[in-house]
Amino acid sequence: MVRWLRTRGRAAAPYALGLAAVLVLPAVLGVIPGVAPGYVLYLVSLALIYAVVAIGLGILIGHTGQISLGHAGFFAIGAYASALLTLRLGLPFVVAVLLAGSVSAAIGFLLGLPALRLSGPYLAVATLGFGLAIPQLAVWQGSWTGGSSGLHGLPLASLPLGAFTIVFRTDQDYYYLAAAVLIVLTIFARNVVTSHTGRAFVAIRDSEIAARAMGVDLVRYKTTAFALSALYAGIAGGLYAHLLHGISPEDFTVLLSVDFLTMIVLGGLGSVGGALSGALLLTFLQNALTRLPVVHDFKNLYIVVLGAILILTIAFLPHGLAGVARSVRLRWAARPRDRASRVDQIVELGEGSGVR
Amino acid sequence: MTLDLPWGQLLVNGLALGSLYALTAFGIVLIFKTTQVITFAQGETAMFSTFVAFTLLTAFQLPFAVAFVLTMLFAGLFGALIERVVLRHISTTTVLNPVIVTVGLSLILLGAAGWIWGYEIRTFPDPVVGPPFHLGTVVVSQLNALIFLVTLVLMTVLFAFFRFTRTGIAMRAVAENRVAAQLMGISIGRMNALGWGMGTAMGAVTGMLIAPINYLDPGMMGDVALKAFAAAVVGGLTSLPGAVLGGLLLGIIDSVAGFEVAELRNTIAFALIVLVLVGRPGGLLGRHETKKV
Repeated sequence: MVRWLRTRGRAAAPYALGLAAVLVLPAVLGVIPGVAPGYVLYLVSLALIYAVVAIGLGILIGHTGQISLGHAGFFAIGAYASALLTLRLGLPFVVAVLLAGSVSAAIGFLLGLPALRLSGPYLAVATLGFGLAIPQLAVWQGSWTGGSSGLHGLPLASLPLGAFTIVFRTDQDYYYLAAAVLIVLTIFARNVVTSHTGRAFVAIRDSEIAARAMGVDLVRYKTTAFALSALYAGIAGGLYAHLLHGISPEDFTVLLSVDFLTMIVLGGLGSVGGALSGALLLTFLQNALTRLPVVHDFKNLYIVVLGAILILTIAFLPHGLAGVARSVRLRWAARPRDRASRVDQIVELGEGSGVR
Repeated sequence: MTLDLPWGQLLVNGLALGSLYALTAFGIVLIFKTTQVITFAQGETAMFSTFVAFTLLTAFQLPFAVAFVLTMLFAGLFGALIERVVLRHISTTTVLNPVIVTVGLSLILLGAAGWIWGYEIRTFPDPVVGPPFHLGTVVVSQLNALIFLVTLVLMTVLFAFFRFTRTGIAMRAVAENRVAAQLMGISIGRMNALGWGMGTAMGAVTGMLIAPINYLDPGMMGDVALKAFAAAVVGGLTSLPGAVLGGLLLGIIDSVAGFEVAELRNTIAFALIVLVLVGRPGGLLGRHETKKV
């Protein structure tokens, strides 16, 4: 145990601290005066749900190099599927969300098939069209999706555990639920990107032809990447629907797809941690901007800021925040350890070369 | 669905709409061919220019023709400026970067327009007034006639430009082979700026001619830009005639679809993109580029 702590403990420490922070956050918020913990936790839950989408999108764009400008479409599919399954079929929340993720993944797989033949700009346009088509289809099929007014009055999220059932009533309960889902999906994503599947994704991103020459099955891995990232967006959509207790087609605009894109660009493409931090940061930024007293027209300000973040990140931080963190870490690791030993080194070198 | 539609009328309306899609798509393809960047800001630059035209028409009371030409000039300079200030400094080693940057540009323009002109829906002054023309049972409004005329004139001028002028040939050379063109003494930077300027001006023409049909607000070009994209992709991003063909095709489909299932017009555009690209990955008239490792 002591040995384990000494060798692995150092690496595990940040995770343990992170987990502790997640657990005590509601208690801390409750102590701060003038803060409504419920509302803050609701916002944090929203940020965590967006983070799930961002991690999935990061696998697709950052690791596999397949752009999507329509992830709000998958998010919408997940949200509608879980809402319909709980409302119309009365399925339990857990089953509905998992099924919603599967439906979204299946559609992601199907969209991955034409994507096999599309590259770069063509794929961007096709996915943009997909993102626009989904809410339109929801309005069109109004008899069971509720049309443009959407679906409302979703049941509370609940988790049956053997004899008794946990019901997520308050914002705090839901926060723990969202955090748990995010933690599980983050670990899963990290494992995927470091597995042979993840290496195949990166090989495809760097050069499709070279990857194929090395024996990477393009059909299999490209569709897998699409399905996986759609699974994440679908599960997140299900959580979103139940967080808000209702959805409408207007929740899933192109702007939301661009939000997701901005999260991973800001966080750093090709980094799970980057996607996570980008999602949290952007959600809070969005909320902070609505609170600025000087701004009466929030939407314009937010759109301009979003655009500026995209352009400035690409121009000045091509690897996003994750890249900044990496270079800081490297510099820290390469810092001069301590003065005395350096002087000794120099003396030693001088002696060696015969210089006095 | 019945097939008992006023086909002639739908065809004429579709061709007018399609001409407008074709102009914007032409701009997208022009920019793509010269600079290798597919711009997602085409709709928003067009919208911004249309607001400039609106200001010229209402605040300065200029005649339509004058405002039209001034706006085209403005859009041309604006496009060139975007290329100079933003895109020239973006690394294009991955296709992602230009996509992300132009999406960012479109957001900034959208927000800026909302700030300057607000979100209220305005009516754009009609460029032409007068009784429509009748061709048998088909009615061609003065506006549609103007659209046909403008498209025809612009296409002819552009065709002549690319065929007969030194600059036009230089632009084609850049599209064909950048390195070789540069070795022949063509300034790539100047051609990039020119491509952006011309492409943006084409979008502005669409904006000014579609605003009298639809309405004027910052979101006006959202759907139009998607259709133009679909047109460009369906026709082939590397083919200027393909953009025109794609635009007209999409206009007709849109006009018929708008008559039958108006809610699904974007979905149909999306389905069309996927269908055509699965069959012909380079679009109808485009080349499918094979990449080297």
